Amino acid sequence: MHLGNYLGILENSEKQLCDAFEQVARHHKDEPDIEQMCHKLSAWSREHRGRVMGFVAKYSEDRSSEPKNLKRDLFDQPRKGSLALLRDLHDLWLLTQEVQLCWTVIKQAALALRDEELKATYEFCCARTKRQGDWLLGRIKQAAPQTLIVAA
Amino acid sequence: MPETRDSIHDIWGPRTPHQGQWPTRVDERTTEEPDHWVQSACVLCSNGCGCDIGVKNGRIVGVRGRAVDRVNHGRLGPKGLHGWEANNSPDRLTTPLIRRNGQLEPATWDEAMSLIVSKSKELIKEHTASAIGFYTSGQLFIEDYYTLGVLGKAGLGTPHMDGNTRLCTATAGAALKITFGTDGQAGSYADLDTTEAVLLVGHNMASQQTVLWARVLDRLASPNPPQLVVIDPRRTFTAEQATVHLAPRAGTNVAVLNGLLHLLIENGHVNYDFIENHTVGFEKLVKTVGKWTPERVEALTGVPAAKLWAAAEILGTCRTLVSTALQGVYQSMQATAAAVQVNNINLVRGLLGSPGNAILQMNGQPTSQNTRECGADGDLPGFRNWDNPDHIKELAKLWNVEMDKIPHWAPPTHAMQIWRYCETGSIKMLWIQATNPAVSLPELDRIRKILKKKDLLVVVQDAFMTETAKLADVVLPAALWGEKTGTFTNTDRTVHISHKAVDPPGQARPDFDILLDYAQRMEFRDKDGAPLIKWTTPEECFEAWKACSKGRPCDYSGMSYAKLSEGSGIQWPCNEQYPDGAAHLYPDHQFNTHADYCETYGYDLVTGAEKQPQEYKANDPNGRAILLAADYEPPHEEPDEAYPLWFTTGRVVHHFHTRTKTGRARALQAAAPEGFVQLSAEDAARYDIADGDLVEVTSRRGRATEPARISGIEPGLVFMPFHYGYWDQPEDGRKRAANELTITEWDPVSKQPHFKYAAVRIRKVTA
Repeated sequence: MHLGNYLGILENSEKQLCDAFEQVARHHKDEPDIEQMCHKLSAWSREHRGRVMGFVAKYSEDRSSEPKNLKRDLFDQPRKGSLALLRDLHDLWLLTQEVQLCWTVIKQAALALRDEELKATYEFCCARTKRQGDWLLGRIKQAAPQTLIVAA
Repeated sequence: MPETRDSIHDIWGPRTPHQGQWPTRVDERTTEEPDHWVQSACVLCSNGCGCDIGVKNGRIVGVRGRAVDRVNHGRLGPKGLHGWEANNSPDRLTTPLIRRNGQLEPATWDEAMSLIVSKSKELIKEHTASAIGFYTSGQLFIEDYYTLGVLGKAGLGTPHMDGNTRLCTATAGAALKITFGTDGQAGSYADLDTTEAVLLVGHNMASQQTVLWARVLDRLASPNPPQLVVIDPRRTFTAEQATVHLAPRAGTNVAVLNGLLHLLIENGHVNYDFIENHTVGFEKLVKTVGKWTPERVEALTGVPAAKLWAAAEILGTCRTLVSTALQGVYQSMQATAAAVQVNNINLVRGLLGSPGNAILQMNGQPTSQNTRECGADGDLPGFRNWDNPDHIKELAKLWNVEMDKIPHWAPPTHAMQIWRYCETGSIKMLWIQATNPAVSLPELDRIRKILKKKDLLVVVQDAFMTETAKLADVVLPAALWGEKTGTFTNTDRTVHISHKAVDPPGQARPDFDILLDYAQRMEFRDKDGAPLIKWTTPEECFEAWKACSKGRPCDYSGMSYAKLSEGSGIQWPCNEQYPDGAAHLYPDHQFNTHADYCETYGYDLVTGAEKQPQEYKANDPNGRAILLAADYEPPHEEPDEAYPLWFTTGRVVHHFHTRTKTGRARALQAAAPEGFVQLSAEDAARYDIADGDLVEVTSRRGRATEPARISGIEPGLVFMPFHYGYWDQPEDGRKRAANELTITEWDPVSKQPHFKYAAVRIRKVTA
């Protein structure tokens, strides 16, 4: 069974998302809405990871030898300015999609396993992952024209 | 000369007890006998009292209330009776000014407009119209806003247009849209004449709408008075009259309101039939508020559980209920989440759409309703939905332009973001109209820096040399109320006409004429090559606005200048169905939430993310109201060791906004000549401060110094009125504006800045 492995990927993705939100909050302190919302959404991912960790332990004996780390090379360097902000929001959105897909995969297993607890965790966390993505997408849409056309 | 009452000292005037029909009392104040009277309405708060302007030899010499008007039945408040004096002030701007070699110097209109037009054309060529922004007002008329909205959206095609209404009523608009599908106040002031209970949340009506408060006081003096529940951290004039006064800690409105809703549900004081048939979202609401037991509310907010019980008992058992909210909700933490909870209280009780029942998400400024309606802020004209292509097509057809000329790729840019784009340099021309951001926005040091930026052309259109005008590159002298004709709408949807009574001074011109001149010089065309703006007089513009509003909730199509000039103001909607206007929206409990009609597809109350159209359509509420709730979240800045006190800002009864007018009315200025730092007796003792001592208040963003006033306020909280800036600064040159201290952040949904909390420290200044 590979579920433990996939839970590891999810846990890692939530951790990356949590860290990435924190990083973007730090890099874009001058944008008040970005700083505060990224702190808040980072906290959501931190909580999600905590909830997932229990399941990683529960299914860890079944973990295969697949590498659990699918880390992307996002956020190499600190970036500043409006284009950098757009790029950072873009990358954050990609990370939320990865988390969301992981959750979709795990939900399928939870259903087949009749693991009610894992299912409930999915429902709580994945709904919030979608809200993270929705906020990013809205903010990206707002920032894109000004950044690409007018900003220096 | 006649002054029927001393409104400075007796703010609300003698009592005229009533229930049902509010008696008439005509308040008048003139300094000379007028040779004639001209119909108008007051523009010194959002109440919108009908008044006549007294004119003698081409000068305004006074005002009197209009007995026939449904809003005020003849009464006027202190600001209305005195504020007109500003029109005659000797320091009016009378000629355009252009900054040359660092100095503002007189110029001709042609020079000033040519400069603005050539800069506009240059920016459009190099960067598109997205390099141009407008920061307008809640003080202009429908005709000004609609012209501005059309030239901005279909002429320039810039998404960057908002009003200072973002600071005063953005949350009112957002909360109404979220709950009912579109903007628009559900009830009327007249509901106060019969209601059994009034809930005022963060709304010091006694100070802010003095004539409306007189209506409440008259009910309180009647044999069958309503019960009052007031939520305010300060013991205001309003709170003094409360049956139950809840004084929560700063930033905890949502916790208190969730607690009230929890008790209503737990006590069975909800109308399940109404909820079942006319709302969606009740189950989630129950879940969200469920954990806010009175004990938990008390622990977090400081409101005693017994008092919360008492308030919930009133709200739960009254047979009619008027609920109102203002800046204590809109400018505080979780503004929109709190404002929709006010809506939810009436909804779960099913008290809406009939006499005695109202929700008044109050406006701050006299014409901010029109900024929202006419598309001069972050909304589209006629409460249209920027995310609904059919609504954009309607506007394109109406204006005869290509649909994609109208920016609709994202919500129109909100004011705080416009200022941020100016700061980062991507907006290169900012046109400010009839407002004073150098005193009214948060974190003034930042705002002054932005206004002084070399790569930002700042145009200021105003009647006086405000703190903002002093930093402008081009100053356009504008006519004031009484010097131009136009219409505007108050909080309870009452539309008034204000006729021109006198000429503006010197070369000052009406805002409407300035905007038409700009449109003409910019040669804005429709898609057939005809002029985009097809009107040349305010009345023609009003006719165009009627066509734009027809079929939308704010339907003006049954009105005309002639009809508005007959007697009382008229409430919208005014059309074939309601030829004399409608006292209540939603009498049949059918709300404006249909997917093809609504103004918004909704928001995430926590993140502010817009909901997607397909998501909304999949669960189309189809005329049901939307019950939405959020959990409490702590403010982003809280008192700590370095800044141990809460700070909040607000208003005093004798002044309006940054005192541009009221500071120039002799008696108003004399009644409240300077600002103050309000402290509790406990804090005053702790810091060894006596009444009148100069106190320096410091936050992470700046400092301000004013005399201490020790009075009714919760310990740990410091209050300053925000009216006082620098145009008539005392000689010591100290920083004194409250907004030196406030924080640059805003509500995620309504984008309204947070003026109602920050962390500060204080010290006594010893000479």
